[in-house]
Formats: sequence, structure tokens, C-alpha cells
Amino acid sequence: MKMHYDVEGGEFINVGTASSQFKKTLKMLGIGADIIRRISISMYEAEINMVIHANGGSIDTEITPERIHVVLQDQGPGIENLDLAMKAGYSTASRQAREMGFGAGMGLQNMKRNCDELQISSVLGEGTRVEITVYLNQES
Amino acid sequence: MSYTHSVTLDWEKCIGCTDCIKRCPTEAIRVRNSKAEIMNDRCIDCGNCIRVCSSHAKKATTDPIEMMADYKYKVAIPAPTLYTQFKKLRNPNIILTALKKMGFDEVFEVALGADVVTEYSKLLVQEKKVQLPMISSACPAIVHLVQMRFPTLIPNIMPVISPKEAIARYARNHLVKKGIPSDDIGIFFISPCGAKVTDTRDPEVFDTSMVNGVFSMKEIYLYLVPIIRELGEDEVEVLQMGSANGIGWAAIGGESTASEVYNRVAVDGIENVINILERMENNKLDVEFVEALACVNGCLGGPLTVENSFVATNRMLKIRKYLQFKGKTRDLNILDSSVSLDWDRQLSNKQVMKLDEDMFKALEKMERMEALYETLPQIDCGSCGSPTCRSFAEDVVMEHARIEDCIFMLREQVRKMAEDMVKLAEKLPPSIRTKGKGGEDE
Repeated sequence: MKMHYDVEGGEFINVGTASSQFKKTLKMLGIGADIIRRISISMYEAEINMVIHANGGSIDTEITPERIHVVLQDQGPGIENLDLAMKAGYSTASRQAREMGFGAGMGLQNMKRNCDELQISSVLGEGTRVEITVYLNQES
Repeated sequence: MSYTHSVTLDWEKCIGCTDCIKRCPTEAIRVRNSKAEIMNDRCIDCGNCIRVCSSHAKKATTDPIEMMADYKYKVAIPAPTLYTQFKKLRNPNIILTALKKMGFDEVFEVALGADVVTEYSKLLVQEKKVQLPMISSACPAIVHLVQMRFPTLIPNIMPVISPKEAIARYARNHLVKKGIPSDDIGIFFISPCGAKVTDTRDPEVFDTSMVNGVFSMKEIYLYLVPIIRELGEDEVEVLQMGSANGIGWAAIGGESTASEVYNRVAVDGIENVINILERMENNKLDVEFVEALACVNGCLGGPLTVENSFVATNRMLKIRKYLQFKGKTRDLNILDSSVSLDWDRQLSNKQVMKLDEDMFKALEKMERMEALYETLPQIDCGSCGSPTCRSFAEDVVMEHARIEDCIFMLREQVRKMAEDMVKLAEKLPPSIRTKGKGGEDE
């Protein structure tokens, strides 16, 4: 089953709407609590990144009995150095975002820790694509 | 069927409007046959529908006061909220004495239960027996909310029984030791809300409550007012045993203050609580303790209270001030280390939002739901009796509603039918049609 969400940029107040809706869907499907927690944390982090750095974008989700797959695509500035970005505490977030409590540089770490597969591809000046996968078979 | 919630509907008064369905945090109400029906397994007893109903058709059921007569030895355990309901009254002993005059043989305060629970919770945190951030287990509506909508947070709920249950256990234990047969003892909780009725009749974390009945604070208030008016100063007994901090639990922030947790969030009002729990679920709440109460201003805002909760909050401050300088407490210890404050079993995961036990089927239903939702007006008008277009789509897929229940879909069908009729009406039989009109061969 596929779903699509559009994420607005610059909207710090309501950030996380798509993740929150998706979470509701997963609960209705009766997916295990631990899996919901992991995919929600990863997707939420990725959604925040899209809002903070890329002025929004789109999210496509796919749920099968085997896995949950989430693709976040933006047309933002892209990530200059992916290895550096993956480091804990490294952040290029704006002052405004930091003042709102975002941009602590832990986002990618959190994502990686909570999902089974994380793929990030980015082209400078064109955008970033984040793919998150969580497998369902470990739990009910 | 087990007892699931305290909210009942006065069928005469309900006009079938959309006030309550819109404000229910678990989408547990549907208007059917012009009446707001509650889906029993989804109601968390938060009391929102009681508050928003402009026809006063919803109320929380409590036990009848006559129930006192069933027991030889009657014990009142008032929630501290009761102290804030009376004008110009600062001394809890006056209210506790009035309760005895009303017919109770003994009075023990839930505030004392709160004191004990505070200490025990602190111990659990110190010994790292809990998962941070801890969510207070004091409000049964919040516990139910977590079980239903935030099952991932069940391990974060403080595994301690409520102050009401704690004091009931101590009270019974104390009186039985004094030689009163347990069957003769009737313990009655004076409650600010219906959630605690449910929590007493059908407890989540142990089998049987030590509380025999739950009375509505509103009703007890009416009995107490004339008694308090007549009460002479010299008649006031010293009955208070709970501390100002224990009494403070009734207000939002009270439990946190009592537990001296600095790194905390104290949140009241069910919608606000949902926002905080959402954040917590996303791992974005860097606190140690979440005090969450379903009612605005905490228990002081309970649906069975008399006074406006903001006024009651002001009184709470005055009572605390009074106790600081003039409070008198009773010289009696009913606490006993043999009484357990632990849960007997873990909280269950109540995934009532689940579409189907079988995930394949659930996925298939979800797909149909999404497809149907796309065709709906998406303005959440509520005319179909479901709170939102999305929940309506769910109801249709679950076969609890028909597509035609949506007036927009119905109108669309009528329009199509009218178009078809016009088309049919234009089709004249060959005997009367003139060339080029009403025929097929134009």
C-alpha cells in the first residue's frame, strides 16, 4: 500500500505532520509498537531535515507485509559531505532553526540507529533523497 | 462484557448534533439514529464530551449515595479536589468533619495516598526501575489513552497504583487490624471524574479495587454545604493526615512539585497531552517526568466538580498557604509496609484502532479506505455521524456506515440519477417521435 505526503517548507510549528499521520496509519494496521516507534523516529527526523534545510519536499511511503519503506525527496541545496553530515553533532542548520530547538546535529544518527536500512543520495544544488526501510518480520 | 467507561447518554436530551463527536480524542462517538452513541471499547473516559455537550445529554455515572447503607462501617476517602469547592474555606479539617457528620464513620484522605505514592515513585526513579521519561499513572484517562493511541509508551508509565487505591488499601488494612470485619467496611471514594469510577470497577493493573463505591463530588457537595454552614468552630475535629504537597496533586503541576522533579513537563487538557505524547513518541522530549492530566487545570477541572477550575486553582494556593502556618494534622499512622503499591500485572496494549487482526486484510482495508477518502469532500462536516471524512471512510470499510450516509455522496448520486432520468425522458417511443427529436438516429 502506497501513500504520498507533501511537506511544506519553513513551517517549524507544524513540523512532523506527515510522520504523525503515517504513524496513525501504522497503528490502524496493527503493526507492532517497537516497529512503529523506530520508523516514526527515523521518518520524523528526515521530515524535520527536509523542512529545515530544503524548504520542504515530498514523502512516499509503501507498506507491504514484509517491510515499511519511506522515500523522502527534496529539491534543496543537497548535502556537501555526506560522511561529515553523518557525524554526531555536525550541523549546518540555520540560527533560526537552532533557536527553535532543531539542528542539534543528531538527526542522521537517530535515523540510522532506528531503521534497518538507510540510503541517502544527494546532488549539490539539486536535492536529496532519503530512503528508510524497516522490516516487519522480527515482530508479529 | 466488562465495564469500560462511565459516560452515559441521556437519550431524551441528545439532539444528535456534532459537538461531542468532533471533540472526542479517540474518535469514539458516532451519531446514529440522531443519538450520539459511544463505541465502548474506544472511550477513555476523558470527559471531553460531557463538557462540550450543549444539551447536557452526557454524564458520568457514579454510585448512588444509598449504597452507604449496605455497609456497617462507612469510610470516606475524598479526593483533595473536594477541599477547593467551598467558598472561603481553607481548613480541610472542616470538610473532613462535615463528612463524618454526613454519616461516615471514618475519613482518610486520598492526599495521604498521594504522599505515599510520591515517595514510592521517587524511590523507583532512584533505583532506576523505570524507563525515562516517566509518565505519571495518576490519571486513568491518560493511562487508557496511552494504551489505545500510544502503545509504544506503555513501558514509560509509572508502575505505581493510584493515590486513591493506595489509601483504600491502607484504610482497609488498618481497620481490619483494629478488629472490624472486612465485609463490614465500605470504602467510598469522592471523585472529581468518571474515569476514576471506571478505574475502580474495572482496574487495569490488579484484579479488585479496595474501594467499594465511587460518589460524585457534585452530589456530596450538596450534602456538605448545609452541614458546613451549621458547623461550630469547636466541633471541628483534627482529621487531616495528608500534607500540603499531597493535597496539591489535585492541581496540574502538583505531582511534579511533590516529587521535586525539576526536569519535567506538566501538561493538562487532553489535546495538549496528545501533543506532548506525540513528541515523546518521536523521541523529542528531553525530560525525566511527564505529569499529564486529561482535564484542564488537572483534577480541579474534573467533570464532576462544582467550582470553576481556575477559581479552584486559586483556592488551592490559599489552602496550601493556610496549611503552611495553621495546618493541624491528626496523630495517627495507618501506613504499613506490608501494603503493596506495585502493579500486579502489566498494562495491556489496546489496539482498538486496528482495522483487522490479519495484517493482509488490514492493508487491503486501508487501501480501500484511502481510495474512498479521496472521493469524499474532506471538509469533515460530521453530517454522516462520523467525526471526520477519514473516520467515515473507516466506518464504511468496517461496514459500520454506508457511502450514501455522506450527504455529498448522496447528492452526487441523486444528481446522476436526475441526469439519467432526463436522458431517459428524452427517449420517446418511435410511434410519437418526429425525425431528429428523441430518437437514436439523429
